[in-house]
Amino acid sequence: MIVIVDYDTGNTLNVKKALDYLAIDNQISADPTVIMAANGLILPGVGAFKTAMNALQQRHLVSVIQAFAATGKPLLGICLGMQLLFDRSEEFGETQGLELIPGKVVAIPTKAGISIPHMGWNTNTLTQNDPFATGFANQATYFVHSYYVQTKSAYTLATTDYGQPLTSIVRRQNILGTQFHPEKSGAIGLAGLRRFKEMTDHATLSSD
Amino acid sequence: MLTKRIIPCLDVDQGRVKKGVHFTQLKDVGDPVAIAKAYEAQGADELVFLDITATTDARQTMTQTVAVVAEQVFMPLTVGGGIRSVADMHDLLRAGADKIALNSAAVKQPALITAGAETFGSQAVVVAIDTRWQAERQRYQVTINGGRAPVDLDAIQWAKQAVDAGAGELLVTSMDADGTQEGFDLALYRQLSAAVTVPIIASGGAGSAEDFVILFKETTVSAGLAASIFHFCQLTIPEVKTVLKQARVTVR
Repeated sequence: MIVIVDYDTGNTLNVKKALDYLAIDNQISADPTVIMAANGLILPGVGAFKTAMNALQQRHLVSVIQAFAATGKPLLGICLGMQLLFDRSEEFGETQGLELIPGKVVAIPTKAGISIPHMGWNTNTLTQNDPFATGFANQATYFVHSYYVQTKSAYTLATTDYGQPLTSIVRRQNILGTQFHPEKSGAIGLAGLRRFKEMTDHATLSSD
Repeated sequence: MLTKRIIPCLDVDQGRVKKGVHFTQLKDVGDPVAIAKAYEAQGADELVFLDITATTDARQTMTQTVAVVAEQVFMPLTVGGGIRSVADMHDLLRAGADKIALNSAAVKQPALITAGAETFGSQAVVVAIDTRWQAERQRYQVTINGGRAPVDLDAIQWAKQAVDAGAGELLVTSMDADGTQEGFDLALYRQLSAAVTVPIIASGGAGSAEDFVILFKETTVSAGLAASIFHFCQLTIPEVKTVLKQARVTVR
């Protein structure tokens, strides 16, 4: 069972629809017991960092997500959900994140020919070999964001070029994130969600 | 490199696609799911659904249509037409839309743009502008109600105001070029691109793959939208993309 964290953010149901389409057993929940029992956790997210962190705090989900990450079972953050995995964001003043991967979230620099938000299909360039990221190599996926993650190259699996390289896929052990929306990236995105599901199967087998 | 987007637009009336969509390979040419899937298979980068339902009580059907399409089609969906409140926007986004296009309602009530952006984020709020060149005032004049009613508003100024209010993208239709199949109104998009920093979708006038090449070579817009030329398979999306690639325009 994959659980999608329920904190009333935009793309939650679209992530569910993609998993349903792939016939992957899933549930949207904010219940700590249900979340901790999941084989894999997906943290969706659309909108502003601070609003999202506030919503997670109000539902007492910050420590639950951190506890889930500590189990070693796979956790995938999508779009804003990926940004939330990091230490802090500079969006609307500084806001603390989930601190699961070292790094921070800053605004995409504006310059000529670079419209903000970065919206549309952009190509991923792999910077490390990784079973989750491999299927995205040189493939275009759908991005919508105005802020991006600055992190160490050790945690960066792929970047995308938008006036400069922007972090597009991250991983620290069992914690993964995509800046793009796999649930809106056609067959390439769906295949990525299926690979995440397979990771949850393996994690379950190895912990048994 | 961010790819240039090619976007088909579908008119939906009470849950059925209208205005003569004619896909040769489809049995039911009015089914939004079948048509959306066909466009996804062709490589469309996004879909715009325009609700042309005349009566308010039938509008709920649109939410249902979006919900079933989003179960089967995994690319960005924009929904416009008759959206008047944050509650309308919420229903459609919850059903699976990614972006809401506001047109007449935004002109009448610009605060709706801000309310939508604050609630759902700017990325979810598209302001659609229908405009026509007004020779006597030497300006692009905004029209509302499907292009039927001119208002005293300069389209470039309105675009800036909409972005300041929170719009994350603009979908701008040249009513002069619309239906002519003689190419996009390049002067309009050059002025718009100089005025705002958000992505712009150009609409109106596409008649050939060359028209998209010229659009992307001559302006910095992010996307080109078309309806009838794609519906009638007069031109397919793979054909447009092949020609764009040959012209070294980056597409998916």
